[in-house]
Amino acid sequence: MNIDLAFVWAGIISFAVLTYVILDGFDLGIGILFPFAADTAERDVMMNSVAPVWDGNETWLVLGGGGLFAVFPLAYAVILPALYMPITLMLLALVFRGVAFEFRWRTVNWKWLWDFAFTGGSVLAAMMQGITLGALVQGIKVSDRAYSGGWWDWLSPFSLLVGVAIVVGYALLGSTWLIVRTDGELQTRMRRYAWPASVGTLAMILLVSILTPFQDAVYFQRWFKWPTVLLSVIMPLLVVGVARGLISGLKKQHEMSPFIYSLLLFVLCFIGIGLSFFPYLVPPSLTIWDTAAPESSLRFTLIGTVVLIPLILMYTAYAYWVFRGKVNPDEAYH
Amino acid sequence: MLDSFTAETLARAQFAFTVSFHIIFPAFSIGLASYLAVLNALWLKTKDQTYLSLFEYWKKIFAMAFAMGVVSGIVMSYQFGTNWSVFADKTGPVLGPLMAYEVLSAFFLEAGFLGIMLFGRERVGPSLHMMATAIVAIGTLMSATWILSVNSWMHTPVGFAINDVGQFIPTDWWEIVFNPSFPYRLVHMVLAAYLTTAFVVAGVAGWHLLKDKKHVASRRMFSMAMWMACLVTPLQIVAGDLHGLNTLEHQPVKVMAMEGHFNSYPDGAPLILFGIPNTEQKRIDYAIQIPKLSSLILKHDLNAPLAGLDTIPDSDEPPVAIVFWSFRVMIGIGFTMLAVGLWSLWRRWTQALYNDKLLLRIAVLMGPSGFIAVLAGWITTEVGRQPFTVYGLLRTSDSLAPIAAPAVSASLLSFIVVYFFVFGAGTIFILKMMHTLPGTEGQGLRDGPIRSAGITPATQISMGMRESAEEDNNHEH
Repeated sequence: MNIDLAFVWAGIISFAVLTYVILDGFDLGIGILFPFAADTAERDVMMNSVAPVWDGNETWLVLGGGGLFAVFPLAYAVILPALYMPITLMLLALVFRGVAFEFRWRTVNWKWLWDFAFTGGSVLAAMMQGITLGALVQGIKVSDRAYSGGWWDWLSPFSLLVGVAIVVGYALLGSTWLIVRTDGELQTRMRRYAWPASVGTLAMILLVSILTPFQDAVYFQRWFKWPTVLLSVIMPLLVVGVARGLISGLKKQHEMSPFIYSLLLFVLCFIGIGLSFFPYLVPPSLTIWDTAAPESSLRFTLIGTVVLIPLILMYTAYAYWVFRGKVNPDEAYH
Repeated sequence: MLDSFTAETLARAQFAFTVSFHIIFPAFSIGLASYLAVLNALWLKTKDQTYLSLFEYWKKIFAMAFAMGVVSGIVMSYQFGTNWSVFADKTGPVLGPLMAYEVLSAFFLEAGFLGIMLFGRERVGPSLHMMATAIVAIGTLMSATWILSVNSWMHTPVGFAINDVGQFIPTDWWEIVFNPSFPYRLVHMVLAAYLTTAFVVAGVAGWHLLKDKKHVASRRMFSMAMWMACLVTPLQIVAGDLHGLNTLEHQPVKVMAMEGHFNSYPDGAPLILFGIPNTEQKRIDYAIQIPKLSSLILKHDLNAPLAGLDTIPDSDEPPVAIVFWSFRVMIGIGFTMLAVGLWSLWRRWTQALYNDKLLLRIAVLMGPSGFIAVLAGWITTEVGRQPFTVYGLLRTSDSLAPIAAPAVSASLLSFIVVYFFVFGAGTIFILKMMHTLPGTEGQGLRDGPIRSAGITPATQISMGMRESAEEDNNHEH
């Protein structure tokens, strides 16, 4: 049996990136919502709802980068120089918001500064992730196995729009996560914020979806030519279905369902992007097969991955299980 | 401000800067994770509260160092691509899988169980908490294993072929992972991490013992740290020597630079203790040297011939002065550590370990010495590999990404500003925590208490804690 290893790996890397977006999405979302909390006590609870797990969430980003380096080295070598500025800004932003988890508990007089670093870092990281995605959708100039564009190519109205979309979307994930993990006034507040975040996210999905097919002829063909035009019917219907679930969950004041539906929205969008891209990894010129490492690299890495990823998912789920339930406002940091 | 530099120089400066900052944190957290596992095990075994209070004390410092290690590490995993994309494209098939394994088998493990280790003692019970603590320690060691395998392959590349687009293609994974310099580098680095942590612990203990020589927890950690100093330093010197011999075998040019051997010595090379490398005249000025000793150390024969840099084309030479100096800094610190270890052994023998103020003061001074030694050692080995990224095969100048100098200088300046600000603040916080005595509630600040597991309900301590923290704050104002 001949398995197409590059294709399998494209699936695994997509899974890692999606997992990252979902998991770090809600903890970046908490950073985005930080300024809207009533007081320090609320911010403490918000941060504590992710403190034991944020580090694991962010590791999926390292897997995305490290995995790309391992199995699609050419894609890694082309995408990162092309997106030099947004990637560097994202990394710096993640530095600020990562250390804020520890630093803001270590000072009284300067706590405001690390609250600001937490929010600023979260907003900037989310924005840059969106811009990265937007720029990738628009396409990257490649010649002779290297990026051949300029260092501002990533900046466009479309990439900025996707940047804003991600910030709004993460705010939705953050607010619905907090509905699950908090109670009382904070929960009520988050129920309130989830509304504009939902409406904003849906509007952004609509806008980006309409614009995407016009970014490249390949996408246009995919979404408007028979038989793949069927996807243009199926995907919107699925989004509408999930959106209805989200809105009804919010209306009925469910605790869990708004979070689940928000996650599903992200999954659908991610699938949508995948459908546009396939078989390209670096649109419009490099396919997954063009960029794949030689077979022995793909095989060697795959052996461990199929064992380790299920294990990781199990113990990650266990960590979430250990810290389940409402965050106790009286329980201080470690 | 940086306009006159090429993109290559700037990219090298950026990599050197970010990796130097990064290595400080793992060098500390690898040792500290193991120390915490030992402390927790001793607490569970003896039920001696001193161990628990030390565990809780160092745990908070660990959390801080670990967070800084994580965020500075994410930067590293992307910098191969942003600044060194040609290197990434060419070496990705060989090095990428090893790094992927590091993420899968180490980073996730550490991150997954760190939360339980830091926050979960009451939630999961003592056995599972102990397990999580041990897993975090194992995770840090696994991480060191993979990344040192990657780094070692760049020094001693084996098990590969080169394809038609110039990529290194793996042919034998076993050979790649266990490449010739890897076992030596791994042992040398892990011992370095342990010593670094031991001297930090000794420094903190010394600081507190100078104020109160009867303080039980400080005595306990000072004693533990000094055992490490006198037992591990000799091992480290042996490991370093073996690593050096391995380098002589595979990267003789690096050893020439370390030794300052500009010339070849057909009948016995001298050991140059000190001197000032004069790279223009290709000689060591004001050299203080012991005849033939270098040949004895490196070849175990007084009269063995040793080739010098005169046998190497200038274009293949590493920057000699940097390698020469950093090597001596590392060696000097290593032998000072040995002296401190032996001194502590003598003081332990005379039952004056906690009374010798000079020893305590020197322990405080030596607190950061491990970090300096680790940095000096890495500078020696990495600068000594130049002008190659993959030794002998891929030049640094051929590894660079097609990036514009202004983009690199802008990002370099941002990294410098952000790192000094963020990690400067982090260092101040860590020093403040170290300044408080173990067992002090809240480590001097308003946050969470040191939760004595199973003794007092968390909420109760935290309420009590809030009050005492507020008192602290009142004192501050």
